[in-house]
Amino acid sequence: MTKYIIQRLIIAVPTILIISFIVFAILELSPSDPVGQLPLTIPPEVREQIREALGVNDPFMIKYVKWLRQFLINEPLNILENATGMTFGDSEGRLRYISWQTRSPIVDLIGQRWGQTFLVVGSAYVLGIMIAIPIGVISAYKQYSLFDQVGTFFAMVGFSVPTFFTGLMFIVFFSVKLKWFPSIYDTTLQVSFNDFDSIVTQFKQMVMPMTVLGLFYMAQISRFTRSAMLDNLHQDYIRTARSKGLNERKVVLGHALRNSLIPVVTLITLGIPGIFQGAVITEQIFRINGLGQLLIIAIQGGDLPTVQSLTFIFAVLIVVFNIVADVLYALLDPRVAYN
Amino acid sequence: MKRSVIKMTSLLLVFLMVTGGLGIVSAQADDTLNILFWQAASNVNPYLSGGTKELEAAALVLEPLARIDPDGVLTPFLAADIPTVANGGVSEDLTTITWTLQEGLLWSDGTPVTSADVVFTYEYCTNEETGCAQLTFFDGVASVEAMDDLTIVITFDGPKPYPYGPFVSFQSPIIQAAQFADCIGANAQNCTDQNFGPIGTGPYVVDEFLANDVVTYTVNENYRVEGQPYFSRVVFKGGGDAESAARAVLETGEADYAWNLQIAPDVLLEMESAGLGTVIVGFATNVERLMMNQTNPDPALGDARSVWAEDGSNGHPFLNDPVVYQAMSMAIDRNIIAEQLYGAGGIATCNVLPGPPAYASSNNDSCLTQDIDGANAMLDEAGIVDSDGDGIREYDGIPMSILYQTSTNAVRQNTQALIKQWWEEIGIEVELRNIDAAVFFGGDPASPDTYGKFYADIEMYTNGSSGPDPETYMAAWTCSSVSGPDNNWLGNNVPRYCNPEYDALVQAMSDTADLDERASLAIQMNDLLVQDGVMIPLIYRGSVSAHSNTVEGVQMNAWDAELWNVAEWVRSE
Repeated sequence: MTKYIIQRLIIAVPTILIISFIVFAILELSPSDPVGQLPLTIPPEVREQIREALGVNDPFMIKYVKWLRQFLINEPLNILENATGMTFGDSEGRLRYISWQTRSPIVDLIGQRWGQTFLVVGSAYVLGIMIAIPIGVISAYKQYSLFDQVGTFFAMVGFSVPTFFTGLMFIVFFSVKLKWFPSIYDTTLQVSFNDFDSIVTQFKQMVMPMTVLGLFYMAQISRFTRSAMLDNLHQDYIRTARSKGLNERKVVLGHALRNSLIPVVTLITLGIPGIFQGAVITEQIFRINGLGQLLIIAIQGGDLPTVQSLTFIFAVLIVVFNIVADVLYALLDPRVAYN
Repeated sequence: MKRSVIKMTSLLLVFLMVTGGLGIVSAQADDTLNILFWQAASNVNPYLSGGTKELEAAALVLEPLARIDPDGVLTPFLAADIPTVANGGVSEDLTTITWTLQEGLLWSDGTPVTSADVVFTYEYCTNEETGCAQLTFFDGVASVEAMDDLTIVITFDGPKPYPYGPFVSFQSPIIQAAQFADCIGANAQNCTDQNFGPIGTGPYVVDEFLANDVVTYTVNENYRVEGQPYFSRVVFKGGGDAESAARAVLETGEADYAWNLQIAPDVLLEMESAGLGTVIVGFATNVERLMMNQTNPDPALGDARSVWAEDGSNGHPFLNDPVVYQAMSMAIDRNIIAEQLYGAGGIATCNVLPGPPAYASSNNDSCLTQDIDGANAMLDEAGIVDSDGDGIREYDGIPMSILYQTSTNAVRQNTQALIKQWWEEIGIEVELRNIDAAVFFGGDPASPDTYGKFYADIEMYTNGSSGPDPETYMAAWTCSSVSGPDNNWLGNNVPRYCNPEYDALVQAMSDTADLDERASLAIQMNDLLVQDGVMIPLIYRGSVSAHSNTVEGVQMNAWDAELWNVAEWVRSE
């Protein structure tokens, strides 16, 4: 098992490097321009000087190597220094990878935002899972019952209605008409556990985005749980368990659910990188300063370094969580062995 | 496990209902001004970013020597008064201007503002490696010198009839020399702290800056006007979209000010009817116009496509014919476009330069009435007829089929659809194309889709003068600025117009100081551009914003920052 994990990790390194090259090359070839959004009153010569100052015109390989060096060596060193308080080499003169739009280190931007994404999108994910699994189990157990039909209906709605629509509906209904929740997420709010009001305010501004996203995640996971449960409920070992006289609760939760959770856990694990990517549209609608919003603003502004860095981080997360999912699979299901 | 899940969920739901029912959205604190920009500011340095969002975010903090008020008139800010030839501030030969700072000015950190800061600002922006976005404001400046602590002399390299470019308006404010001393040249990009929190003289200081998200400001204790500003905190929130920004001011009252609300006119009107806020519009010189390619964009020409030839050999097959472009202009109903697509934010115009009022020509106003029959008759009369019966007129045997491109944007695509329909009614076949704005306005010389390359017959976009003086703007269409391969397709003269008569007018304007004469020259230039069919002006575009009815003192300004007088904004009782 350990050997397997080590093997996978070793293979991951070249994979990630190749991904980094592809991500970099594709974006580099894209026809985006960091000064494209500027007013037309700024003449071409000035635009050219801005491009020059940003290093837009450097040759491709130089930019790539610079990026690799700054992103894979300089930035981790910085993080390490900040975490440990020690200095390694010339920390003052170390170049950091700068975003074209903000002229600030990209890693700092990400550091500022990932927490927000994790809080909002992550809790929506947890909420979605918490609701989805019971719904999936009951729907499967009482297949074709009213509960199942209603569950299916909600899952279909969650699946097929895009978040930009549900988000807007929520805003119109809960912010404009009822005035219950704010439509603008206050990212400057200081939440402190000593201050009950701040917790309430934070909770209130999270309710709508969380519900919108939770509904979406719930739809996927509940359908998946339901079908996994259905598969298992008709297996021979369930009949055996029942014939041994076990009570229904034990049969369903102890036997069927445990086995059904194997694929569900894999699905949930594979979905985790998606949390970090943030929910681009939902964050944009509610003005949450998460990573998804950062990505979309960077794309709009032709801020290639930021887009490249974010895409690369997402790619790494996907590779990593694929390995985690594989390992979890083996842990949960002893029949699976990697040799 | 299951039981605890149900418990948690129900607890959550109860909490939700209680907070929702009791609290209602916590009212915004009265002493906080909430400004909503649906594009978030990336930094607070107007010299590194030419985008309006950054310029406006900086306008609360940084101030120029003088601003331009909503009527297009100069108003001193840091300067004691406006230098003119009459008061001796501008030299007789128009080559120098002498500004004097107000006495006793302090930066927000308590240190005095001196002429050295002004000189530094000049050095900062004109350093080639800084990549300064506002470089044009220092065009023609030979030197900026500090005579004493309060006096600054700007010397131009020739007579400058309109010397109010440098250090005027929100695009050219004064930054503090002490703070930015190490940020000049290549270092400019790395000075994150300075770019995120410049020290200024304005009514507010940056308290916290979250890039691409929000800026919070507190009061500048050293602000020069006693008692101002009136708000103790300003939150400058970015992100989202224009429609929800409008809703937050006009319908939910969550924000006090929302910027740039180009949304469907009927939607905006309905929101305004909720009674919480007011829509405001400011007009400067922006005109949405059709650029008429004076050269031949035929793909078969290869490298010569859309390239202007001095001998006129590569002219457009038919767009240069007055009958054709006049008919095309007559076929358009500008009022319908203005009313249905622009609402408060646009009025029909026939001029390339519609403002300030003294500079607006009244010689082309006949275009405001649509006349499709007249256009058809005109084309028939000139012998430009549909000879093969396919519904498309032929010009010297060439079918009149045009490619009409613009950037991707709902209003523009709707305008395209309307104009296509009208042009087809006069027998011109129209193919529409829209290109992502970042590509279209991007300067990539390798891309065939930029507006500068103009691989189409007609393209549509908005342009305007960056200030009330139109000299630079009108100088864009001279022969020497024709966009082409020799300047990487970055020349300002995108329609590739070349007329010695026009060039002479541009020259005359750069030698004339008298404002009335300048206006008359500008009108002549405008008329040439329109009557020679270089452009078909469509809509005089204003900036649309909205403010809450609880905020007083807002004066919409299209010439300078919309937040130019934010120090005077106050919450009404």
